[in-house]
Amino acid sequence: MQKSLLIDPDKCTSCLQCEMACSFEHEGVFNPARSRIKIFEFEHGKRAVPYTCTQCAEAWCLHACPVEALVRNPATGAVEVKDEICVGCKVCTIACPFGTVNYNPDTGKVIKCDLCGGDPQCAEACPTDAITYVDSAWTGYERMQAWAAKTDSKAAAV
Amino acid sequence: MSWQRKVLRVNLTKGTSKTEPLNMEWANAYIGERGLGTKYLSENMDPKADPLGPDNVLIFATGPLTGTMASTSGRYAVLCKGPLTNAIACSNSGGKFGAEMKFAGYDLIILEGKSPKPVYLHIIDDEVEILAADELWGKGVWFTEDWIKSHHSNPNLKVASIGEAGENMVRYACVINDLHRAAGRSGVGAVMGSKNLKAIACHGTKGVSVDDPKRFMKVVKETHKKLAESGGRKELTKVGTNAMIDVMQEWGGLPTRNFQEVQFEGTDKINPEAAVTPNAHGHVNLITNKACFGCTIACGRIAHIDKEHFTVVNRKEYWHASGGLEYETAFALGPVVGVDDIDALTFANFMMNEHGMDPISFGVTLAAAMELYEMGVLTKEQTDGIELKFGNAEALAVMAEKTGKGEGFGKILGMGSMRMTAKYGHPELFMGVKGQEFAGYDSRALQGMGLGYATSNRGACHLKHDVFGEDMEDISGNNKAQPVKDSQDRVAMIDSTGLCLFTTAGWGVEDFVDQLDAACEGTWTKERCLESGERTWTLERMFNMRAGLTGADDTLPKRLLEDPAPSGNAKGKVAELGKMMPEYYAARGWTKEGMPTNETLNRLAL
Repeated sequence: MQKSLLIDPDKCTSCLQCEMACSFEHEGVFNPARSRIKIFEFEHGKRAVPYTCTQCAEAWCLHACPVEALVRNPATGAVEVKDEICVGCKVCTIACPFGTVNYNPDTGKVIKCDLCGGDPQCAEACPTDAITYVDSAWTGYERMQAWAAKTDSKAAAV
Repeated sequence: MSWQRKVLRVNLTKGTSKTEPLNMEWANAYIGERGLGTKYLSENMDPKADPLGPDNVLIFATGPLTGTMASTSGRYAVLCKGPLTNAIACSNSGGKFGAEMKFAGYDLIILEGKSPKPVYLHIIDDEVEILAADELWGKGVWFTEDWIKSHHSNPNLKVASIGEAGENMVRYACVINDLHRAAGRSGVGAVMGSKNLKAIACHGTKGVSVDDPKRFMKVVKETHKKLAESGGRKELTKVGTNAMIDVMQEWGGLPTRNFQEVQFEGTDKINPEAAVTPNAHGHVNLITNKACFGCTIACGRIAHIDKEHFTVVNRKEYWHASGGLEYETAFALGPVVGVDDIDALTFANFMMNEHGMDPISFGVTLAAAMELYEMGVLTKEQTDGIELKFGNAEALAVMAEKTGKGEGFGKILGMGSMRMTAKYGHPELFMGVKGQEFAGYDSRALQGMGLGYATSNRGACHLKHDVFGEDMEDISGNNKAQPVKDSQDRVAMIDSTGLCLFTTAGWGVEDFVDQLDAACEGTWTKERCLESGERTWTLERMFNMRAGLTGADDTLPKRLLEDPAPSGNAKGKVAELGKMMPEYYAARGWTKEGMPTNETLNRLAL
């Protein structure tokens, strides 16, 4: 079953454990500056929103790459960077409308979320379930359920 | 490995900076943050120096676990000689700035001298610039953070700065980082202002590593779980620290109207429940909770003020959300000044964060001013036409802003309670120790707290010891000395790791030890860690002795020693300091005058 990261900003407290988990998984050190997932705070922390690649089924980055360094992992559905092929031209960073593929000046390669090969560490680290890893076909499930729960008028009348 | 092994030393007089290797002998003896910062401070300045002069040294210090995946890994400390106390100042903060210092590659930043003109530091990894702060001087913290990020086109910068209060050297001015986190006490912000240093802006890409990553992550996962499951943690997440206002009200230890009373009739209007209840306009104070870097608790509060409230009705610029009420803020802007208007408290707190002041010291100073006013010593003419009566929410709001900006009677309030009450001939109305105002706990109702306040090296502080259990089990001064001493050593150790004290809601000492042992080189045992804490405590004491403090300064105000608590569980009690202090000195291995003996110093390798 293909799975996706599901982000619920209402639960995010901006602790940045996800940014550390991501960089630790990919680089071996705690380094939010090289995290593939970033937390954005608005209005003095009133709202905090984790954001990362949504693994487009038809990916701008993949199509823009002139050397085919971006490839689909059929098991996870994630678009991954092949470091040995990437030349750091950064055209993919321009092509992505969401800004979720970025350049690492230390390595000369681009970095993006690869779902950690199917065991995303950000979701593992998140203390509030602001980030979960769920069935790609049903990311809207809980929201539907919450609205469905409001429709029980017969029971309320009793 | 955990430590970055690098110190940035800045000479503000000359406008130069250089790096030097971290002294690993000291790191091994003092761990980091509070302990290591104290050692560096002790070795780099004369404790007799004028705290607001160029010879005071200002140190920003992280711990080895700052910037790692250990829960609550965002802490750092700001150390110097405190202008409020003339004693050692070590103020702890969270937010994101401390971790960013580590990511840029620094364990400590040491700031010496005084810049001839206002400047700010701009640090990106190894690139360190000292830049003119002309556009920032005279501006608040929020403006400063925005300006710096946009000026450098770098939203990833984390900023620690002072507001107008620090520039004007308000005695209890603080350093604010990340908009509403603070290195709050003892006037560390005034020292930054005295050096003409407006801000430090920092971004790092180097990352932090640990000695044994596999073991470290195993311990981290276990301790995350342990903390998550603890009842104390769940309460902090849900309600924040202001749960304490109801606890203290019920106990009868909630300082009210300048410590004249120990219970307050208005807590229902400013407690956590009030914060989530719609008011007459349908406005709800609390919006959400928030975490510091690495924190899995998230005790922080985000709140906003009712747009129709008198404080902001014509001031759209204060309609946005920002830091909400935690316990100390609520006590100091609430019961101690007799105010129960939650929007007024929230506005005053905004003023504290924007202009950079410690709400505890401000509130307790305002309380003393109110007592002077009600006695007739201060008149309306002197207080800018404002009736400084207990309970006057307008007085609270107006004076918070004036003190932040250095206007009118606010300049007097900026002296702090000790100097202000002395100025008006009533030093007995100063509620604090060694020049620093008390926190939200009355010593008559919590005896061990009183001993902790009296002996804390940075002046009255509620965070340097931890004997709530003992105090609430036994309201007498019996058997308090040893627990106070032991918890002071333990807390000093925790304050040196880079982690937050609130993890003690779920963790024991062994949890800190395990994480240190996995992250840092060498073998870290419980004995080694606790001894390091004791060493840090004793070194702080020695700094103070060198600065001229003596055992005579380990005292409490007459009001708490002689006027019995008028209500509550400890009704009729006074602080039994006279009984506890000799026991405490003995437990510490100090002389009857409160000086560490040679035997104790040798044992601690001091």
